[in-house]
Amino acid sequence: MKKLLLTTALAALATGAQAEVKVGMITTLSGGGAGLGLDVRDGFLLALAQSGRDDIELVVEDDQQAPDIAVQLSDKMIQSERVDVMTGIIFSNLAMAVIPSAVNQGVVYLSPNAGPSQLAGRGCHPNYFNVAWQNDNLHEAAGAYANTAGYTNSFILAPNYPAGQDALTGYKRMYQGELAGEIYTQLGQTDYAAEIAQIRASGADSVFFFLPGGMGISFLKQYADSGVDIPVVGPAFSFDQGILQAVGAAALGVVNTAQWSKDIDIPVNQAFVESFSAEYGRLPSLYASQGFDTANLLISALEKADPSDNDAFRAALRDADFESTRGAFRFGNNQHPIQTIYAREVVQEGDVFTNRIIGVALEDHADAYAAECQMP
Amino acid sequence: MSTILIIEQVLNGLQSGVMLFLMAAGLTLIFGVMGLINLAHGSLYMVGAFAAAAVAGVTGSFLLALLAALAAAAAAGVLVETLVIRRLYAADHLDQVLATFALILIFSEGTRLIFGSFPLYLDIPSWLSGPVTLPGGIQYPLYRLALIGAGLAVALALWVLIERTRIGIQIRAGENDREMIAALGVDISKLYTLVFALGAALAGLAGALVGAIQSVQVGMGEPVLILAFVTIVIGGIGSIKGAFVGAILVGLTQTLGSVFLPVLFRLFLEPATAMSLGASLANMAVYILMSLVLIFRPAGLMGARA
Repeated sequence: MKKLLLTTALAALATGAQAEVKVGMITTLSGGGAGLGLDVRDGFLLALAQSGRDDIELVVEDDQQAPDIAVQLSDKMIQSERVDVMTGIIFSNLAMAVIPSAVNQGVVYLSPNAGPSQLAGRGCHPNYFNVAWQNDNLHEAAGAYANTAGYTNSFILAPNYPAGQDALTGYKRMYQGELAGEIYTQLGQTDYAAEIAQIRASGADSVFFFLPGGMGISFLKQYADSGVDIPVVGPAFSFDQGILQAVGAAALGVVNTAQWSKDIDIPVNQAFVESFSAEYGRLPSLYASQGFDTANLLISALEKADPSDNDAFRAALRDADFESTRGAFRFGNNQHPIQTIYAREVVQEGDVFTNRIIGVALEDHADAYAAECQMP
Repeated sequence: MSTILIIEQVLNGLQSGVMLFLMAAGLTLIFGVMGLINLAHGSLYMVGAFAAAAVAGVTGSFLLALLAALAAAAAAGVLVETLVIRRLYAADHLDQVLATFALILIFSEGTRLIFGSFPLYLDIPSWLSGPVTLPGGIQYPLYRLALIGAGLAVALALWVLIERTRIGIQIRAGENDREMIAALGVDISKLYTLVFALGAALAGLAGALVGAIQSVQVGMGEPVLILAFVTIVIGGIGSIKGAFVGAILVGLTQTLGSVFLPVLFRLFLEPATAMSLGASLANMAVYILMSLVLIFRPAGLMGARA
């Protein structure tokens, strides 16, 4: 590997290539969360390929969803590979392990997914940009949607870990009705019979849940089979393109909230959906759109400034002068997105399950922690 | 808290208990007969679920899918036993743990190579879907009742096999004294392969049955594996009967704990604290149960050897 790098470096010297920008991507490519990292990576690669730039060198590593491995990889990237920009992390616990130390070492970090509240408020940093959302955002949108749908008695559940607690807090921040029940489930739980029985007995008029990955698949299949027909709302994570096919008809009609959908009718998004499907043979997911947007943000900033000029480069990133797949996109003072979040409904198109926008849940929404952020 | 809800939760506990038994039975057999700690047992569960999902996807038949799960997991078991495990019987437990942990990684990444990183679809057959009304007006999913029935039937069949057949006698003899039964002319290596395949098939069956109501994805076996180990420690390592009792206890403790502990705490704590404290304690409940059993019966409830 080292030998290979050396030969490439020599070759670059020989041909007098232009100054390269080195981007380190640490993302989850194995284990239960691999589908998410794969989509972010593929979206990112697609944008790089479409830009036609050959001066961006991307180093991709798999964090195996383990914080200690992510930290090792990040140290290696910063200290021995000397990357200028880092990106890729999916899970908030890994983000908390990697990002604070990376940005303090002068690396610019563009988060394509994780948006823990700690990094949005007092822990904000001039080198840290979130291109997806602050973690609470989609849950807040679900709460707002519940109000418009006229729900007044929600049963809410999430796994007992920081992002799960943030989810219920986010929902309750916007939701104005009563709570029929509030449950913390076990992280990684696969059987929800006990919770579904409680939902049935609670007399709720709606159910809000945040159960990412396999947990959501299990919950939805069991919920559909239980005969309980109280309407369900949730953030997009349990209804995204990657997992909808595994849930099947059990998810039909469920309303979920997202800042992106494949039917947002703007040319850049339609072109993205088309080229992603053509390139990879599957429909893009939310995560793929986030990877694609992250790469395009980076490219837009590189057009204006070189990463070696840190201040100019960050200013160029803050401008967010790129066409995002989700339409209007800008950064707030804490360098997290201010964006519109939609309510989508799960529908069937042919034999593919996918989402369709049914309305706007929150318009031009910023996050609740921005006020606590004091940029130096 | 109504009686209906309590009965429903007891059924839920039973159902998760009998499925856990299918996993624990194989694990405890393999440990009892061969003295092998098989961490890759969860991978065989995953193999069963993936085989079922693949076959159900092509043929649309749930029964064929179950057969495929049994066959695929048993075949994987035979393969693993003859290629890898056979070399480990004389080895230290630590070497076994290391080698079977390597098998987990090989199975997981191998499955990902074949099926990709996204979860697969496996659904309940239409003739078992939807709720039924039980006496007393309890609405309960038919499929979960079927799972309880299937689990109990397998338990009964295993009991007959172990207690009433010639192979069963050999298995029990193998648990007690493997040198002696080898000396008596039983082909011990064939017996070991057979036991391993049987354990693997049970795990594969559990994976397929449970896969229909859960997510069929890489790594799905490991959480169950941990619970199955807790179960056989509670029941007594090597004892099928112990595995059954342990599995039902763990299933009930887990289900009822997660429902009733938060309710219990609400009697004397404010709701928010009661909820998070109850949820945390419910997570620990099976491990507390295991510690209590180990304090009073160090060999487990039905364990013969201390």
